[in-house]
Amino acid sequence: MSDGALAGAPMRPRLSADQKAMRASLALAVAFLALFLVMPLAALFLRAFETADGGFAGLANFRTYATTPALLAAAWNSLWTAALTAVIVVPLAFAYAYALTRSCIPFKAAFRAVMMLPLLAPSLLPALAMIYLFGNQGMLRWMLGGGSIYGPMGIVASQVFYCFPAAVIILSVALSSADARLYEAAAALKASRLRIFHTVTLPGSRYGLVSAFVVVFTLVVTDFGIPKVIGGQFPVLATDVYKQVVGLQDFNMGAVVGIVLLVPAVGAFLLDRWATRQRAATFSGRAVPLRPEPRPARDRPLLVLCLVVALLLLGIVGVAAWGSLIRFWPYNLALTLDNYDFGRFDSAGWGSLWFSVRMAALAAVIGTAIVFLVAYVLERGPQEGALPALTRFAATVPLAVPGLVLGLAYILFFNHPANPLGVLYGTTAILVVNSIVHFYTVGHLTAVTAIRQLDPEFESVGASMRVPVWITFGRVTVPMCLPAILEIAIYLFVNAMTTVSAVIFLYGPETKPASVAVVHMDEAGQASAAAAMAMAILGVTVSAKLAQLALGALLGRLTQRWRG
Amino acid sequence: MAAPPDAAVAARPASNAAAAPYLEVIEVGKQFGTFVALHRVNLSVQPGEFVTFLGPSGCGKTTLLRGIAGLDPPTSGRIRQAGRDITFLPPAERDFGIVFQSYALFPNLSVTQNVAYGLRGPAWPKARARQRVAELLDIVGLSDQAAKYPAQLSGGQQQRVALARALANEPGLLLLDEPLSALDAIVRQHLRQEIRSLQQRLGVTTVMVTHDQEEAMGVSDRIVVMARGRIEQIGTPAEVYDAPASPFVAAFIGHSSRFEAVVDSPPGFVVARGHRLAATAARSLLYGARVTVFIRPEHVLLHRADAAPPGALTGRVTALEYLGAVCRVSVEAGGLPLLAAVAPQEIGALGAMPGGEIAAVLPADRLLVFPADE
Repeated sequence: MSDGALAGAPMRPRLSADQKAMRASLALAVAFLALFLVMPLAALFLRAFETADGGFAGLANFRTYATTPALLAAAWNSLWTAALTAVIVVPLAFAYAYALTRSCIPFKAAFRAVMMLPLLAPSLLPALAMIYLFGNQGMLRWMLGGGSIYGPMGIVASQVFYCFPAAVIILSVALSSADARLYEAAAALKASRLRIFHTVTLPGSRYGLVSAFVVVFTLVVTDFGIPKVIGGQFPVLATDVYKQVVGLQDFNMGAVVGIVLLVPAVGAFLLDRWATRQRAATFSGRAVPLRPEPRPARDRPLLVLCLVVALLLLGIVGVAAWGSLIRFWPYNLALTLDNYDFGRFDSAGWGSLWFSVRMAALAAVIGTAIVFLVAYVLERGPQEGALPALTRFAATVPLAVPGLVLGLAYILFFNHPANPLGVLYGTTAILVVNSIVHFYTVGHLTAVTAIRQLDPEFESVGASMRVPVWITFGRVTVPMCLPAILEIAIYLFVNAMTTVSAVIFLYGPETKPASVAVVHMDEAGQASAAAAMAMAILGVTVSAKLAQLALGALLGRLTQRWRG
Repeated sequence: MAAPPDAAVAARPASNAAAAPYLEVIEVGKQFGTFVALHRVNLSVQPGEFVTFLGPSGCGKTTLLRGIAGLDPPTSGRIRQAGRDITFLPPAERDFGIVFQSYALFPNLSVTQNVAYGLRGPAWPKARARQRVAELLDIVGLSDQAAKYPAQLSGGQQQRVALARALANEPGLLLLDEPLSALDAIVRQHLRQEIRSLQQRLGVTTVMVTHDQEEAMGVSDRIVVMARGRIEQIGTPAEVYDAPASPFVAAFIGHSSRFEAVVDSPPGFVVARGHRLAATAARSLLYGARVTVFIRPEHVLLHRADAAPPGALTGRVTALEYLGAVCRVSVEAGGLPLLAAVAPQEIGALGAMPGGEIAAVLPADRLLVFPADE
C-alpha cells in the first residue's frame, strides 16, 4: 500500500484556505501596481517614441530634445542646482544630526521637532518666504547687491530649507547606530579625538552621507513647486515638463523630458540602494549603543549651530506666516485676515483646502490599507516564482519616479480614448490613487520593517491550531503594527496635502487641491493669498502630526502592559 | 545492540513493532535549489513515544520537523500520521501542536488568550474553552499568571505558556523545535524533566529537535542522530551512547579518545602506533583493514606507573581538568592521546600529576571500532 501511494499520488502540495487567501491578495497587489504604476509608466515610454499624429517616431523626439539648446540648458540647470543644494545641505545636516545623536546639548526634542517643520509644509512655502524677503519688493533685497532671487539663488536657498529634514533623518539614523566599543577601542589605543572622528565616526556614517546626498539631489531635481514659484526665467527639467504639457500641449516632448527627468532620479535611487545595502552589511547585531558624555568644548558650538539653524527654519515659516497676514506687502504692513478670505482670489475659496483634506484622508485610509496588506503578503505570503520578487521591486519603484512624471504618465494612460478606466480622469479617485502610488515606497518600507520585527512563526502557530491566517492577521499582526500603520497613514496624509507635482496635471475644475490653488494664486500675483493658503495647509499637516503624536502616546499607554 | 541506519526501523523491539506506528517518515528528501537538506530519510514513531532529532546545526533536523508539520513540505517521499498520508496537507489540516524555539507567543494577547487561541469554532463553545484553558494552565502551573502578557513572564514561564497553547487542541502529535535553547542552564534542566513527565502523563506522541545531547539523552525514548541530511543512528539513549553506529555518532555523543589503527591477527586485535591492543569489536574485520578506534573516558582504567598490570600502556599525564564529580586526565601513551575519567579522590593515589608517569588499560570489550573508509 505504501508503495502504491508512493507511485500513484500526485507530488504537489495542496493549497490550504490560508494559501489561497495569500495568493488572492498577491494577485490583487500585482493588479494594483500593474494598473496604477507599471502601465501608466509604460504609456509614458511609448508616448516618447510617437509622432504628433500617433505614428512611430523612433528616436526623433529625443533627437529634437538633444538639439534644442533651451531644453538641454534646463537639464544642466537641474543637475547643478541639485548638486549645489546637496553640497550645502549635507554638511549642515551632518552637524545638526551629530548634535542630536552624539552630543549632550539640551532641548534635543525641540530641535528635532523644529527640524521636521519643512516636511509638513508644501515646498512652495519656503519659496514664497524667500520672495517676501529678497523678491522685487523684498525687505532684505539690498543684501543681494543687485542680484536677483528669481533664479538659481532662490531655488537653492529654498531647496536647502525644503531638503534639510530628509538629510538630518538619514544622518541621524547613520550616526545613532554606532558601536560604543569601537570608540572605547580607539580611545584605549590612545587615538586623538580628531583621529577617532576620521577613523571611526566618518567611516561609520559614510553610507549615510552617500544616501543623504543622493536623496537631497533627487528631491531637488524632481521638485516642481520651488522652481515654479521662484525660478523666474531660469528653466529646469521639472518646469520644462509642465511647460511642454500645459503650455505647449506637446505631450510627446513632455514624455521625453519626463524620461530625461527620470534618468537622474533612477540613477540616484540605484546609488542609494547600493549605499543602503553596504550599510546593512556593516551592522553588527551585537553592537553596544554609544552614550555621549557631556563635553562643553563640543556641545557649546553644536548648541549654537542648532539654535541658528532652528531659528532660520522657524524664521522662514514665520516670514511666510507674517506675509500671509499683511495687507499689502511691502507698502502697507498693517495686519489683516483678508488674505485668508480665499473666495476673493480663487472661485473655489476654502473649498480647495477642504477638498485637499478629504483627498488626503482618503489617500491615507485606503493607501494605508493597501500598503500594509501588500507588504504583509510579500513578507509572509508565497515566495515561489518571480511574481513576489517583481512585486517587491515594483513597490520600491515609486521612490524613483518624480511626481510630475507619474502625473504625466497618468494623463497619458487614463486619458487615452481606448482606456475604459478613462472615467477616472478628472475625478477625486484618480488624485487619491495617484497620491497613494506617488508616496507608496516609504510606507511600504515602514510596513516591511514593522512586519519583519514580528516572530516569523506567528502564522505557523496559527495554522497548527487551525486558525485561518486572516484571523491571526487581524488579532496579532495589525495590533502589533499599529504604530507603524499610524505612521504610514500620517505620512500619506501629509504628503497628499502638500504635493503639487503629482496632482498638477490631474486635477479637474471640481477637484482642485489647495496646493494647486497656491500655485495659481502665486501665478496670478496674489502672493499674500498664496502664502495664506500655504499656511492653511501647514496648519492642517501640523494638526495631523500632533494628532499622530497624541494617538501614538495613547496607544503606547494602552499597550504598555504587553510591550513589557 | 545498535543496527546500521538502514535497518534501524526493522530492528525495533518486537513488542512495539506489533503496534502500528503513529508517525511514519518514508524516503523523505528535501532540496533547496541544489542544496540537499535531507537524503531519503526513514523513520517510524510509535504512539506515545518521545523521539528526539539530535545533530549539529545544518544536519536537517529542523527541516525534517518542518516537513512533518507541513510548514516546508518535502520534495520527495511520504509522511504518514495515524495511517493518513499527510505529506502535502497544509498545516491547518493536520493534527499537531508545535512549540518553536522563540515560542512565538502573541505579545499582544494575555496568557489566557494565547492558550485559547486555537479553541474556536463549534467544537469549542466559550464555557468549554474557558474550562480547557484553566485546566491547561493548571497543568503547567501558571493558573495565577492567566491575566499577564508574555512580556511580563520569565523565559521558563513563557515556554510553559507555549506548551499549554500547543496542547490546547488535544493534538495527536506534539512537535518541539529546540524548545529549551533560549533558557539558561538551570531552568532548562528543570523544564525538560517537566516536559517529559507531562508528555508521559498525557501520552502524547512527541518529536523534539535539539542540538543538546544531554537534553536528548535526558528525555527521549529514542534518539535519531542526524548529520549532513542523513540519519546516522536511531536508538535508545543507552544504545546511542554505548553502541554508536558510526564514527560520527561516537564522536558526537559524549566524550571519547580517538585514534587510527590497523586490524591485526589473530582476529580481535588491532595495532595502533605500534601498540597491540585487544579489541572485541575488531574480530569480524579483515586483517590489515584500517580502522578508527574510540574509547570513552570512563572506560580507560588508570594505574600507578609502578603498579602497571600486564598489557597496560605506559604514558605521561599531559593535563588534568578538575570538573567537580570527576577529574579528566589527558594521557599521552606512546603516541596515543587518551582521555580518562577518574574520581577526584583517586588522583593522589594514582600519582596523576601533569608530567607524571602513568599506566592505562583499555578493556578489549570497550573499544569502539569502525572501518576507516567513512
